Amino acid sequence: MSIFKKIMTAIRGGASEAGEAIIDANATRIFEQEIRDAENHLTKAKRDLTGVMAEQMSAKREVDRLGREVTEHEGYVAQALEKGDETLALAVAEKIANLETTLADQQQAHDSFSGSADRLKDLVKKSERQVAEHKRQLSMVKTTESVQRATAAITDNFSSSNSKLLSAKDSLERIKAKQQKFDDRMKAAELLESEDSDSSLQAQLKAAGIGAQDKSANSVLERLKAKKK
Amino acid sequence: MNIHTIADHLNSLADNSDTGMSFDCQPISGEVDVLQISILGREELPIFVSVTEDQIICICYLWGLDEVKPESVNAMHESMLEMNIPMPLTSFSKIGDKYVVFGALSIKSNFIDVEHELAVLSNNAVEVIDDMSEYLL
Repeated sequence: MSIFKKIMTAIRGGASEAGEAIIDANATRIFEQEIRDAENHLTKAKRDLTGVMAEQMSAKREVDRLGREVTEHEGYVAQALEKGDETLALAVAEKIANLETTLADQQQAHDSFSGSADRLKDLVKKSERQVAEHKRQLSMVKTTESVQRATAAITDNFSSSNSKLLSAKDSLERIKAKQQKFDDRMKAAELLESEDSDSSLQAQLKAAGIGAQDKSANSVLERLKAKKK
Repeated sequence: MNIHTIADHLNSLADNSDTGMSFDCQPISGEVDVLQISILGREELPIFVSVTEDQIICICYLWGLDEVKPESVNAMHESMLEMNIPMPLTSFSKIGDKYVVFGALSIKSNFIDVEHELAVLSNNAVEVIDDMSEYLL
């Protein structure tokens, strides 16, 4: 059974009781050990792969070098033949034959290393996918357990602090009321501010001698004098 | 990243959060450490955060099965499934007999991501209760 199915069955079956493990702790430990083993194998496979790839590269270098040497000696044979020195040409040809044998051996070694490297690469990829998959499954188990334990902790906290869990509708009402109160306060503050700015504008106008001015003794006297005339 | 670093960060924000929300964090100790986060003005809908090996899980409890009109349970489930993708960063779930909304973040998330997640989760929770109250008793 897949881990997903196991968790689903356990939750449906009412294993959601606080503290009751979805998958027994021992099984989880074994699973964790399996993942660690797989990771160790993976590390080893990667190390082997590095070794094989190094051998492959060195074989490739050797194949290239031998190839170059064969070509070089083929040139010598041509030159010896041009000079009519058959004996020397034969000696060089013998050397070429030896070089070609070594080249064939190296080529074979190189091909074999290449094959091994490809196989190891496939193996590493497959193992990596497998480890990732196991980790995902383990994460599902652990998260389920963690959420259950967290829920238990939350429930304990609520019952110990005697705080009553409100119904969703009541909570919403309260939150909305608080939001309304906040909005009202903001509006009132804005209103106050605009009134303040009104009165400050009046003061500025007055200072500039615009609009209604305060009655002063002088202005009263002027008015009375004018009346008398 | 653990619940204590998250609490320290959120408490240090005070009124300077990027989301305009004020957070108050209260660690609940137990077998698994849980952080209870209250948002100013929304104390009735706290968010609970727990940190596992690879993720940070933020949960907000919505309502219990006992608050749902019995004849509306199926319709409510359908709505929840349908809204799961459109609702940003938040998903529906059920823990025991309680319906919840939750968000899960990678353990590699930064504090800004966590703060954003909490703000969005809280907004979603308020909206969900408002819009789904027709299913509730």
